[in-house]
Amino acid sequence: MGAAPVEVEQPATGQQTALDAPWVTVVWNDPVNLMNYVTYVFQKVFGYPKAKAEKLMLDVHHRGKAVVSSGTREAMERDAETLHGYGLWATVSHDS
Amino acid sequence: MTWDPLGEDSGASRSNRGEPGLAASFRPVPGGAAAYFEQPQAGVIRSLVSQVAELISADAETGEDAAQAGNLEAQLGLSSHVEPPDDPVLARLLPDAYSDDAGAAAEFRRYTEESLRSGKVASAQAVLASLPANGGEVRLSEPECQQWLRALNDVRLALSVRLGITDEDEDLSESLAVDDPRSAYLWVYQWLAYLQDSLLEALT
Repeated sequence: MGAAPVEVEQPATGQQTALDAPWVTVVWNDPVNLMNYVTYVFQKVFGYPKAKAEKLMLDVHHRGKAVVSSGTREAMERDAETLHGYGLWATVSHDS
Repeated sequence: MTWDPLGEDSGASRSNRGEPGLAASFRPVPGGAAAYFEQPQAGVIRSLVSQVAELISADAETGEDAAQAGNLEAQLGLSSHVEPPDDPVLARLLPDAYSDDAGAAAEFRRYTEESLRSGKVASAQAVLASLPANGGEVRLSEPECQQWLRALNDVRLALSVRLGITDEDEDLSESLAVDDPRSAYLWVYQWLAYLQDSLLEALT
């Protein structure tokens, strides 16, 4: 990252935006997990509607990986740990 | 990811393989799912689930051992493991959470690996507790279905590593020699995908 600009205090909105939250959880494609299982896990873990979960699953399947959540680093690590519990291959990274 | 675990004509696949007895599957029932397992089917699942649980707990530090050893870190639920496991199956079940930052991956592992391991062992134990060794009707509540889904998935991940499945489009059943000992496991791997798929269908 470059020189930090003057910090501007963000009002708490109760909802993280991509700008506030430079960390993401990425799920990677693998040859084992069933497509409907991956969709199910996204619905279960993130509470996403089925259509959104299916779109993310297809992104993982066709592009090899997809960002499935964004937020604070701590929150992304919790997401990754939860996804590892379901056997999905998830990593945490800076959204750049 | 993979789809259509038994191929387009799964009925024919099963009878061609001469193992029709292995095709147990779940059906929806109020509050969860149910399935009937013959004794050999129950035996295969129990054996594989036990093996995965043993592998996962083999070099995990238990609180009891840690207390005896006076290991404060383990008593606090921290792991001394900072490297990915050597065993490729364990490395797949307990993957790195940072792909490009070894230090962060090690720190993550230190704080999460023990709970990840114990969660996977708990799912395995839930399967063993609900599946009679002699087979029979298994009726699962929704939370039990969750644990079965995870445990079946862990077994499939473990089998995939041992079978060398790296490409979802490759049909190993055509490339494996008939007398290759992996052939039997390939069939089990495919059946477990079918079983897991039926459990998902029953839940949704």
